[in-house]
Amino acid sequence: MNDLALFFSNIDPGEIALASWETVAMLIGSLALSVALGLPLGVWLSMTSPTGLAPNRLTYGLLSLVVNVLRSIPFVILFILLIPVTLALVGTSLGVRGAIPPLVLGAAPFFARLVETALREVDRSVVEATQALGASKRQIVLHTLLPEAMPSLIAAVTVTAIALVSYTAMAGVVGAGGLGDLAVRYGYQRFQTDVMVVTVALIIVLVQGLQMFGDALVARFHKR
Amino acid sequence: MSLIQFEAIAKRFTASGRSQDALSDVSFAVKRGEVFGIIGLSGSGKSTLVRLINRLETPTRGKVLIDGTDLASLKPRNLIQLRRKLGMIFQQFGLLSSRTARQNVAFALELAKPRLDAGDHTRVDDLLNRVGLGDHAHKYPSQLSGGQKQRVAIARALANSPDILLCDEPTSALDGESTQGVLDLLAELNRDLGLTVVIVTHEMDVVRRICDRVAVLDHGRLAEVGDVAQVLFDPQSDAARSLGRHLLPVPPAGTGPSADRLRLTYFGEVVTGDALSAATQGADVRFSILSGQVSALKSVPYGHLIVDIAGPDRALVIERLQQRGVRVEAAA
Repeated sequence: MNDLALFFSNIDPGEIALASWETVAMLIGSLALSVALGLPLGVWLSMTSPTGLAPNRLTYGLLSLVVNVLRSIPFVILFILLIPVTLALVGTSLGVRGAIPPLVLGAAPFFARLVETALREVDRSVVEATQALGASKRQIVLHTLLPEAMPSLIAAVTVTAIALVSYTAMAGVVGAGGLGDLAVRYGYQRFQTDVMVVTVALIIVLVQGLQMFGDALVARFHKR
Repeated sequence: MSLIQFEAIAKRFTASGRSQDALSDVSFAVKRGEVFGIIGLSGSGKSTLVRLINRLETPTRGKVLIDGTDLASLKPRNLIQLRRKLGMIFQQFGLLSSRTARQNVAFALELAKPRLDAGDHTRVDDLLNRVGLGDHAHKYPSQLSGGQKQRVAIARALANSPDILLCDEPTSALDGESTQGVLDLLAELNRDLGLTVVIVTHEMDVVRRICDRVAVLDHGRLAEVGDVAQVLFDPQSDAARSLGRHLLPVPPAGTGPSADRLRLTYFGEVVTGDALSAATQGADVRFSILSGQVSALKSVPYGHLIVDIAGPDRALVIERLQQRGVRVEAAA
């Protein structure tokens, strides 16, 4: 055996494939739910903000507080804190299923803030022009704010997806499976450096792929 | 018959504990079918004032009436109906960057009616042709020049056949040539469709070119309101004087003050050089023209001269000029 094969002697392709699948499953599931929850929340934040279409100090203050609290708890701790909630929701706190609720609660508020910022950056004259044409608030959001902010929203989904990749790795430490789990159990606890290298490389490939895909979509939607 | 009426309008903005009066006690009326200018320096409250007309802003005190209806009495549903009858264009155009020129114009119709029929599409094309952009219908705003973007915005504002077109600094982001094109288009729409145009600007030149009447705002107060000719040539307020000054000829540098100096202003039929030569015919005076300008207010030509006239018959010449309809003022 040559040196390279010797170095990678601990690699079990089946296990790597399974862990990769788990990571991708966690990512897809939690990203879809984070967007589904975070988009309306972000629209609500932007509407009720002091410069929004329907300013409401109390609602904005409360939403902001919830979002800030969820965002300020380190993810590993959030994961553990939420175990009772996770058990109630999906019946287990382990594996891909058990990881999804904490991943969503960690990422949705983050995504909501990005949505709020993206909507705030839509040119004010476009919003005013839409209002002047007799659009209702609902029409302004659906036909002006969201389409005009589309490139920024896609960029926000990309950033959230990449944040989720790192969250899934952390979730792996506390029983969620996936590439993070592999890295910790083999790479760290059993000193199998080869496993560590391969899992890290796969995560890098995943992040890089997401970023490139996101950038391509942004370019496609960018008409400016 | 006044179409838009402002009654004792006051507007106070409050932001983070500090409040500022944008408008105080402003009252005047805009007549149906006229091109009305609202002029003032930045911070004079002119943009706020025009936004009161379609209720993008609400007054702190006072009333805005359109066709006799108090806007404060409108329910949200009626407000939306009203806005569809009021077109508005903006300095920064306000076009949706994600839609083509054609889709931007169609947008105005879609808001009232989600599914457009063939008649609506024809209307969109007619509007684009009307503003001279038939060939650019499939371009995105980023592919159009400033003047073209403003034309798309005008077509969009006209889509619901409004009675009134509100223009907030419509030419301030445009170069000279595009400015002329957009102003010509606005004047044409006023003439052909009987559209009442309210135009906010900081440039007296815009007022000179297309407005019939003008209101001058100074720090949120109405400094004066009247015919453009009067406000330009016989301003009663410091604000109007300072805004119009650069449009009036001044004696060239190096000519000292003179007791003989006169400012002559005339409109329409009277042609400048003609009047002066006729008035001085056979009179014992010496005169020299120091500076002058012949230009036009909307379509009425006007002349403006600064002359020194000296000699025994000076009073006679002044009298003859006045008989010809020339306004004569001392300009020391």
